[in-house]
Amino acid sequence: MDFTEVSSSRGTDFKKKKAKKKNVNEESIGECSEVKQEMEKSDAAEATALPPTFSVSEIKNKQRRHLMFMKLKQEKRKQKMQLKRKKKKEREALGDKAPPKEVPKTIENQRVYDETTVDPADEEVAFDEATDEFSAYFHGLTNPKVLITTSDRPRGRTVKFCNQLASVIPNAHVFYRRGLALKRIIPQCISRDFTYLMVINEDRKVPNGMVLCHLPEGPTAHFKVSNVRLRKEMKRRGKEPTDHYPEVILNNFTTRLGHSIGRMFAALFPQNPQFLGRQVATFHNQRDFVFFRFHRYIFKNEKKVGIQELGPRFTLKLRSLQKGTFDSKYGEYEWVLKRHEMDACRRKFQL
Amino acid sequence: MGENSRLCSVWLGSETGILKGVSLSRKQAFNFCNTRHLSRDQEIRTLCWGDSAETEVLVGSVDATVKTFCTEKGVFTESRRCGDPADGCFTGLAALGDSALVTCVECGTVRVWRDQSNGPVAELDAGKNVCRMRQNPLHRNKVATGGKENGLKIWDLDRPEKAVFAAKNLRDDWLDLRRPYWVRDVAFIPGSEKVVTCTGYHQVHVFDPATPQRRPVLEVDFGEYPLTALSLPAAGDTVVVANTHGQIALLDLRKGLVRGRLKGTSGAVRELQCHPSLPTVASCGLDRFLCIHNLDDRKLQHKVYLKSRLTCLLVSSRELQDASPTAGGGDESPQVKQEEGGSDEEVWDHMEHVVEEEVRRKKRKKD
Repeated sequence: MDFTEVSSSRGTDFKKKKAKKKNVNEESIGECSEVKQEMEKSDAAEATALPPTFSVSEIKNKQRRHLMFMKLKQEKRKQKMQLKRKKKKEREALGDKAPPKEVPKTIENQRVYDETTVDPADEEVAFDEATDEFSAYFHGLTNPKVLITTSDRPRGRTVKFCNQLASVIPNAHVFYRRGLALKRIIPQCISRDFTYLMVINEDRKVPNGMVLCHLPEGPTAHFKVSNVRLRKEMKRRGKEPTDHYPEVILNNFTTRLGHSIGRMFAALFPQNPQFLGRQVATFHNQRDFVFFRFHRYIFKNEKKVGIQELGPRFTLKLRSLQKGTFDSKYGEYEWVLKRHEMDACRRKFQL
Repeated sequence: MGENSRLCSVWLGSETGILKGVSLSRKQAFNFCNTRHLSRDQEIRTLCWGDSAETEVLVGSVDATVKTFCTEKGVFTESRRCGDPADGCFTGLAALGDSALVTCVECGTVRVWRDQSNGPVAELDAGKNVCRMRQNPLHRNKVATGGKENGLKIWDLDRPEKAVFAAKNLRDDWLDLRRPYWVRDVAFIPGSEKVVTCTGYHQVHVFDPATPQRRPVLEVDFGEYPLTALSLPAAGDTVVVANTHGQIALLDLRKGLVRGRLKGTSGAVRELQCHPSLPTVASCGLDRFLCIHNLDDRKLQHKVYLKSRLTCLLVSSRELQDASPTAGGGDESPQVKQEEGGSDEEVWDHMEHVVEEEVRRKKRKKD
């Protein structure tokens, strides 16, 4: 019974609707017979107004979507190039009166001000630095002597990397680790007048970490090492470096932490560079990554200077700075990189 | 100098031997030291209040001298030698009232000094490698000591022969191995006899001398790095601890759960101190920053760069009146509410005024 009722009701509805529609149509025809032309125009406008919601990703055919996308891209590129040409022409037309070029925004020049930035006139920081652990070196009392070792059982690349580092740093000695604990090595190093202990860590035959421990009383820095390129892999490299003491360039170590790290790198090399060798070791800090490069330069004439990379090159990123000699468990850390907390702001730099 | 020192609400000692005062309301930091005679020998190790009115700060430095700093005048008024620098540096300093002092050094001798007398009045030996001595804020002649392989001991300074309470070593672990012990900081829980300690093996222990049990009644593990400092907030049942990686956490003392973490520090924390009445905690450490957190919402309120590595800090209790912005905000908001409440009457007052003026004008016009 119910079903029949429903069906019947539906049927009636249908009929009613149809009837209504017909009525409407008739009415509309009756009304709009005079304004038909206008209606047609508006219809056409609607048809053209539809596309704004259309996007390439809505096309279901993959080949066609690809084709359309390429077309869209080309069009955009054309427009961009046109705009560029136009601007260039305007600049040329204006000549000297042209407005100065805009400086591109980078996260470095948008850097958030760091309150620890060292002011060279600051007495307190100057005193702090003059009496820190590196003061003996900077007063010329000690000569650097570096021990380079690796994590246990180093393989291919790490061994080569250590040897090349030893050729860059004067008075460096490479030792096989022999499974010894660092805390037991350190007293022996101190008794033999080493001023640095450098440990290269490796993972799957790739050097990936570096512990740099200043002796005898610290501090200890832990770095991540990446993009190691040995001498053999270098393009257009010069001949083997000589034994001369290189000059050291430290770039962009501005904050208090950066200063400590910079002093740490500086104390690796002897204070009196031998300019005869024309060799430069560069530690360049950019966005908290420290890039190491080793060059030989030559003065071609009064204006031109040529440089030649000698290798190796690698990138360091500071993980932690610990007070005292290496003691990762009970040592007190002066600074620890806290990911997601410290690098939440991309424009804030620590070094 | 005097004006500056009266403003300061937080006092800090640095490794370079400079006493620093920070005024949070004015966002200023002052150095109280002769910058020409800086030396690492004068590194400040401990700070404490010399009197209950908080007008004197006692400064214990590495060369075994205790200096008195007057916060009213802003100058060092007195300096006295307490012990031998060879004994190690100060690990604790406390005032006993009527210008008597208690000092504790690393080698474990706790000494009581009275004014104008050369030698110590009383002396007791608390064992080797003492890391911290703290005074009971309520019973001022009771002190607690503890250190590396040197369990918690509570002493009564009137009877220095024997410790009132000495903690037993921890129970052996499940492999029947001895567990090492290293007390880094101690605090007395007010309102009970309990004592809370934090250790270099990242544990927090609560001892209860009132019970016959000499082992901790509660043991909590936090993190995996040595805990260096702890402090008890004004609201009970919790303790704030910090470790060598700059992780600060709020622990619940009833069940031993982490209630929350305080972010913002990047290096080892040397000392923590909670405000005596407000829910704020100040921390300082090797990262050269003074951080002030709110304990209720765990937000960082102030972060002040102080140029030297900081070793100790002292929070004054008067911060409530003028310094803390939260207290100021709290005062302001009720006032605003009152204004809103009385707004109806004011509106009517205004209305009457306007009507009267209009009437007068009309009268004038008529005249």
